[in-house]
Formats: sequence, structure tokens, C-alpha cells
Amino acid sequence: MYALIVGAGKVGWNLARELQDKGSEVTVVERNRRRYETVEEELEHSIQYGDGTELWILERAGIERADLVIAVTGDDEDNILICQMAREKYGVERVVARCNNPRNLQHFDLLGIKPAISATDLILRLIEHEVPEYGLVHLLDLKQERLEIIEMEVAAGSAADGTSVADLNLPDGSLVISILRDGGGFVPTGESVVKGGDEVLLVLDIGLEDSVTERFSQRVETAGTDGR
Amino acid sequence: MFVLIVGCGRVGSAIAKSMLAEGHEVSVLDENPEAIALLNRGQEVAWEDQGGSFTVGTALEIDALLAAGIEDADAFVASTDGDNTNLVIAQIAQRRFEVERVVVRVLDPGRAKWYAEQGLQTVCPTQTAIELLEAAVRGQVRFEGVSG
Repeated sequence: MYALIVGAGKVGWNLARELQDKGSEVTVVERNRRRYETVEEELEHSIQYGDGTELWILERAGIERADLVIAVTGDDEDNILICQMAREKYGVERVVARCNNPRNLQHFDLLGIKPAISATDLILRLIEHEVPEYGLVHLLDLKQERLEIIEMEVAAGSAADGTSVADLNLPDGSLVISILRDGGGFVPTGESVVKGGDEVLLVLDIGLEDSVTERFSQRVETAGTDGR
Repeated sequence: MFVLIVGCGRVGSAIAKSMLAEGHEVSVLDENPEAIALLNRGQEVAWEDQGGSFTVGTALEIDALLAAGIEDADAFVASTDGDNTNLVIAQIAQRRFEVERVVVRVLDPGRAKWYAEQGLQTVCPTQTAIELLEAAVRGQVRFEGVSG
């Protein structure tokens, strides 16, 4: 595989190393002269000096035969443009873009640049995973397909606790795809009973999250538990 | 018509002033608050007192574009000092806000040509200069003073 990486920052440089270790042919393009010279000491002929948003620089780096173009500069507009030209002008099949400011993700979306990866978003996801709010974790968002896979902890005393999957009364467009219990997991049938302390994986249409999660969360409206 | 100009340098400010003088509604967006000085330069009445508007904000920020009135714009000029910024915001104006007339300044002839082929109205000062200079060298035209 031939990968063209634009931007030799920490991300670009390390990606180049990793991809080379996996046997890929890699060229990195860097426009800052000093950075280029630093990285060139290690990558040697695998790095070229120049502005990777200029067509002739991309062509010199062999974009026409690239299987993968990775745009990881510090400027979102540059990353958008590189990926757009890679795909639409040079017919590169796969592009990956770094999104520096998560508020710019909408621009990547608008112009069809995907996947666009935002470190801020990734770290937020990890925080969510480590410190889940309402016991909910997003495992996968399939934006284009408008589906998501979530992981939920089943609260003891919730509507789901002690209920079989068939009787969960989940809304249309949602499905329990596995139950994790005691360090193992299984794919349930309609008769499988969900218990408090289980974790369940669900696939659902985007937008159903609230109506699904309420069935697995602690009920709060019980009479006589007014905590004063 | 309502014209939104993003990037208030020599080019953006000059277009803004002539559009306002022609009686159009003009809004200018620039990330540098000092850029308004270019709009006031050589004017007897300050830009905002003449009815022009000026917003400070970054071109790529949707909130800044909205504050500058992109939803009501009939024409959009991308004239920041960054080719890539101009090309991205011009596409946002065209595709997301469906601004009818979008023009974008691109200094690099390569990108200007390709994006023009994709349906953007690009103006490339570099290419224009090359053509005018070539014509002058060949003696096909002769400029008195500043050409253009």
C-alpha cells in the first residue's frame, strides 16, 4: 500500500513510522523547513519539503498512485482541501483527515470528507467510557447509516431488571445485540432475562437514545423516597 | 443586494467600499478588529455611520458567518489571505447557505483552475498578472500608469 501523509507533526511522523513498520510505502510532505529537516534525519527519502495543498507538490509526491491520503496538518481548511482534491481530482479511494477544532467537523461533513478524526472528540469518548454518564457509552456511531451502537449498564430496580428481552418493550428501531455478565457475553434470545448489573449492547436508530435508556436506568419517581 | 465580504484586506475593503457607494447593503467579516481602519481610510464618514457593517470573527466559524448575515446574503466574496480558507468558506456559502453569487480569490493558479472547473467562480490575481504582463512584453498592449 502507498500512503501519502501531509503534515509531519507528531501525528504525521508517528503515523509514517507505524505504517512503514507494517510494510507500507510512505511519503510525508511538510511545508515547514526546520521541521522537514528534523524529520528528514530519520525518514530520509520518505519525506518531501513543500506545501501539501499545492497540486504540483502533491503530484511530485505521487498522489496519483496513492492508495491512501492522510491529511494531518494543524489547519482544518488545509486538511479539507487536501482530502477533497485527493478524492475528487486524483481519484484516491481512501482519505483520512484530522479535524483540529471539533467545531469544524460540520465543514468536513458538508464537503463529504470522511473519516474526519478529532482528537478532542476521541478523548471525550474515552472520558465518557471511563466516567459514564447514566451508564451509557457510545461504542460506534454510523452517521451515514443513521445507526449507533451503545453500551448501557442495567440499573438494579430499573424497568429492565428481571425482564426478558422480548418483554423489554423497546421502541421499533432498537435491538439488544448482547448481554455482558460476569466477565463474559452472549447474544440473547427473546427469552433471555436481563438483570441489574448486566451491561447490554444495543443497536438503535439515532434519536432513540432517550427512550431506550430510560428502561435501563434507575426509576426515580417511586413514592416515599423523597429524600428530605 | 446584500453583499457579504469575508477578509478585509486591500481587496476586500476596496470591494466593500465601492459596493456600499453603489447603494448595496454590505457586511464585512475579518478576524482582526483593526481591519476596520481600511474601511474608514479615505472616507469622510466612518464605515458604520455610512450604514456598512463590520463583524470581528474567524471565517471558518459558523457563528461568525451567521453574525455577519450569511443567511441573507445575495453575494459572497471570499477574500482572506488564505487560499484554502477562501475555498472552504466559498463552498460553505454555496452548498450550505445556497448564496446565489459566490466569488473567491485564489492566488495559486493551480487550485484556482481546478476549483473553477468544479463550479466555483474563482478569481486568480496571479494568473491575471501573468496574462497582462505577457501581453505587455509582447507589445500587444501598452499600459499608461497602473494597468488593470
